[in-house]
Amino acid sequence: MAQVDRQQWDVVVVGAGGAGLRAAIEARERGARTAVVCKSLFGKAHTVMAEGGIAASMGNVNGHDNWQVHFRDTMRGGKFLGQWRMAELHAREAPDRVWELETWGALFDRTPDGRISQRNFGGHEYPRLAHVGDRTGLELIRTLQQKATALQQEDFAAYGDHEARLKVFQECTVTRVLKDGGRVAGAFCYERESGRFFVLEAPAVVLATGGIGKSFKTTSNSWEYTGDGHALALLAGAPLLNMEFVQFHPTGMVWPPSVKGILVTESVRGDGGVLRNSDGRRFMFDYVPDVFKDKYAQTEDEADRWYEDPDGNRRPPELLPRDEVARAINAEVKAGRGSPHGGVYLDVSTRMSPERVKRRLPSMYHQFKELADVDITAEPMEVGPTCHYVMGGVAVDSETAAAEGVPGLFAAGEVAGGMHGSNRLGGNSLSDLLVFGRRAGLHAAALAAAPGPRPRVSPEQVDAAAAEALAPFHAGEGAENPYTLHQELQNAMNDLVGIIRREDEMAEALRRLASLRERAARAGVEGHRQFNPGWHLALDLRNMLLVSECVARAALERTESRGGHTREDCPAMERAWRPVNLLCRPVEPPPADPAADRIRLERVRTEPIRPDLLALFEKEELVKYLAEEELPA
Amino acid sequence: MTTYDARFRIWRGDADGGGLRDFTVEVHDGEVVLDIVHRLQATEAPDLAVRWNCKAGKCGSCSAEVNGRPRLMCMTRMSVFDRAETVTITPLRAFPVVRDLVTDVSFNYRKAREVPAFVPPEGVGPGEYRMQQVDVDRSQEFRKCIECFLCQDTCHVVRDHEENKEAFAGPRFLMRVAELDMHPLDAAAASGLDRRRAAQEEHGLGYCNITKCCTEVCPEGIRITDNALIPLKERAADRKYDPLVWLGNRILRRRPDAP
Amino acid sequence: MATGTRPPRPPSGVHGASRAAIGARHLRTDRWWLAPAGTAAGLLAFVAYSTWRAFANADYYAAPYVSPFYSPCLAENCQEMRGGPNLDLVGSWWGLSPALLILVFPLGFRLTCYYYRKAYYRSFWASPPACAVAEPHSRYTGETRFPLVLQNLHRYFFYAAVPVAAVLTYDTVLTFRDADYAWGHMGAGTLLFLLNAALIWAYTLSCHSCRHIMGGRLRHFSRHPVRYRLWGWVSRLNARHMQLAWASLVSVAACDLYVYLLATGAFTDPRIF
Repeated sequence: MAQVDRQQWDVVVVGAGGAGLRAAIEARERGARTAVVCKSLFGKAHTVMAEGGIAASMGNVNGHDNWQVHFRDTMRGGKFLGQWRMAELHAREAPDRVWELETWGALFDRTPDGRISQRNFGGHEYPRLAHVGDRTGLELIRTLQQKATALQQEDFAAYGDHEARLKVFQECTVTRVLKDGGRVAGAFCYERESGRFFVLEAPAVVLATGGIGKSFKTTSNSWEYTGDGHALALLAGAPLLNMEFVQFHPTGMVWPPSVKGILVTESVRGDGGVLRNSDGRRFMFDYVPDVFKDKYAQTEDEADRWYEDPDGNRRPPELLPRDEVARAINAEVKAGRGSPHGGVYLDVSTRMSPERVKRRLPSMYHQFKELADVDITAEPMEVGPTCHYVMGGVAVDSETAAAEGVPGLFAAGEVAGGMHGSNRLGGNSLSDLLVFGRRAGLHAAALAAAPGPRPRVSPEQVDAAAAEALAPFHAGEGAENPYTLHQELQNAMNDLVGIIRREDEMAEALRRLASLRERAARAGVEGHRQFNPGWHLALDLRNMLLVSECVARAALERTESRGGHTREDCPAMERAWRPVNLLCRPVEPPPADPAADRIRLERVRTEPIRPDLLALFEKEELVKYLAEEELPA
Repeated sequence: MTTYDARFRIWRGDADGGGLRDFTVEVHDGEVVLDIVHRLQATEAPDLAVRWNCKAGKCGSCSAEVNGRPRLMCMTRMSVFDRAETVTITPLRAFPVVRDLVTDVSFNYRKAREVPAFVPPEGVGPGEYRMQQVDVDRSQEFRKCIECFLCQDTCHVVRDHEENKEAFAGPRFLMRVAELDMHPLDAAAASGLDRRRAAQEEHGLGYCNITKCCTEVCPEGIRITDNALIPLKERAADRKYDPLVWLGNRILRRRPDAP
Repeated sequence: MATGTRPPRPPSGVHGASRAAIGARHLRTDRWWLAPAGTAAGLLAFVAYSTWRAFANADYYAAPYVSPFYSPCLAENCQEMRGGPNLDLVGSWWGLSPALLILVFPLGFRLTCYYYRKAYYRSFWASPPACAVAEPHSRYTGETRFPLVLQNLHRYFFYAAVPVAAVLTYDTVLTFRDADYAWGHMGAGTLLFLLNAALIWAYTLSCHSCRHIMGGRLRHFSRHPVRYRLWGWVSRLNARHMQLAWASLVSVAACDLYVYLLATGAFTDPRIF
């Protein structure tokens, strides 16, 4: 058997973004010895990219706000597909999670009376996003990082070892969740720097690995977003939920090519940015869907007035949920009314003074100035849709964040599915990370503390995981270049399972994925195991291919358009599909032929929405969404 | 779109040695140095080690030295170079090298642990924090830090003198001390912790000779020297060297942290 | 050891064993040496000029102008300046140039000034000569020990620099006289003195210590609105501290040179009215 270092921990958290760190902090505070494994350096997680803010109904700016309104907005935004209990917990607990950050040293922007300031955002009825300029994600990650460090300082004082009860394994990757029978037993990891393997044995593993954006060509996501957690869950036997719902953020940069996809924060629109096509027309007025007709302004005048008097006017259509805006931009560009580089214009310079732009949107100003040579205080930005977020994910229990069917496995944050339904509202992801990160840490610690024998990691599993990880070094003749495979995968997903989908294209995507799987089995790398990015990518390919298959298969199955899933051939939202969830399950046992299907789909009916929550909506609204049999009498 | 071939020299090697290797790479319009490194990975050098994440100047991972200057590769546009010029890329030279452009930055994480965390005020519960924007402005500037460690890399105190790494926290973490000392609700003093004394005696504030390279290289434009380090030096001078403050405290019997 | 030879020090800094193996002490391709060389040239020129003038003990008064190097004049051996800054605090035992008595204060203020420290550490001491250019010293302790720990006394010199600036302002007021001490006149020198007084004040008030005293030391600006506003003003000036340091250095030398030229009769002060 391979000589592999083994360590014993109570809880292993995979990922050190917002959800992972919040889970780790909670688990450690509940007494669990906690290990965090993250692919990048500590504090570099993709959460730093979040710009707009954390949605929490604190009501600091508009006193009418409360958790019920937040819940309603979340359900509406997700076209009623969201797991209602998660949305409820999220709306109820988000304010506490934000306030708690302040006690750990976070410094949010303030209201005149000294509270946390809140800003408007697409789909939120009231100003709700706690923020710090446009770098809220950085504040969140730094605060959690510093809290984790504070806990380590406590441990140093108590035990003389900073890492006695909370250790971060930075620049390490988990390639397998290990099991003992049906239970989680630990994680198999490699250290990027040395290429060394090690095993963390633990009865509880929390997946907090974020999203899958790196399977798409145009994306706002960083290299880490290769769907690791999704794939680890599948490989451990846990199903994924509603993977067809992928959010394309309406405003990514489109030029220059090297920065295509990088995000332009939604706060640009929340603070007064308007979208225009090449004719100079504010086209969003043409794209307000029926379900939102009475909530959005019909004229430019009314929309402009809203910024000053939000109670007396309806909001501008630029602030529609992301899926609507992304589709509208896509349609304008297709109709030949796009900007020179294939986007539309987003302009803040007409409504805001240069000083205000620089103060409210400093990193956007910086980003365009540095990367595109565009001064956004004077000229419009060119923007277009970019793959941003996956609503689907590991099917979890709403209360405990426990993955379905695999005791000891938990998932929180973007890697978990359900909470956002078919489309996520801006600002809801940071609050999601905090609310369910904490819950995952809490229940993982509780599970680890339960009496009874610990699960054991068998040497055979460790050997198998090691052999799998070393395979790219033995590809031999006809080895495939992992970078080429990755590019082909990204093109296939972008072109065939992108923002607008068609049956034949998705079928083609599945064929290409099968061929890519076959070739990926021969992916080979040069050099040795020390910090070898080619090797790392070859290992990540397995995950991206698995997850892409889930997305394509589920998207092909769902014959309607809803939120982050738009079918050109099935353009309507079908009420009958509302109570239907699609679960992606691994084909067991895994087929030997790499081209064979790895995923099988299963339709499950959702649990009925609790009557008191349904009562928060008008009947007229519910009939637009709910299937006939779901409507309250 | 225009394309040209650019010449690069990139340091390759590891702790046992290495050197600058020559490459000729195609460059397209609007590209940054990191794009070139990626192109090399996808073609000639698949095992070229480099750290990167967001590619938008927000995470601070892709720190390196380009033509001898500490920079983020994702924010260094190729258009700033002459097309005939050879662009040299090396790892950060203040930290131990791991491989190619990747260095061991654990020094910074060690120093981060040495700065005592924010101390929440007694009797103020979550949700009860009240702070004015003018009071958080200063610390917020410091919290813009993306921890790219370019300031730590360029600071000659540790770059040129390995032995000072023990005693000196570096600009990033002295700035962290300043951030906490200026935090309107930090209760360190009430818990018996004097951040100014610590800055001087434990984090090596005196090593800083305010030559401002940290400010010069900061990709976030944080005025580290003027707004964090010098104010911290002045705060340290308050408690030790200022005659008027000393006299005032004597006469009025003020606690040193009263304002 | 008898022979006095020492083993060569192991390579350190950027050439240390753990660092990336690169022979050059820096790889900068820009003209990084320009700034320290320029700074050194400027400072050396001023030092040479001011040393000559401070020790000269002559040609520092040409009614109604007094050289800022000799103001206030603190010894008995000072030239009598009618209504001028004669302030005989030291008495008759002082035989050297009276400029030395007063120049200690502005000199100390500038020597310990945060900007000048940067300037001379970089240009004279090469510590470092420029960013990411290795410094030549094998050891470095910064301002942690004597004598550089005394840089912390900047505060004292700031307190001393304020009255000096006040005296220079007083001298400027006196320049609204003519050579016969009649009020209500103005010469070309008056303009120069006005400019100098303004620059000296701007430099003095833009000092980092001043910024700290005005409000920087406060934790809650919101509870001290007046000091917050003062701090804001000083902060804006402080952003230009370097430019003000140079401008005031040039202007003070220019005033002295102007007085010297008048006193030696090289030319006569062009009168405006």
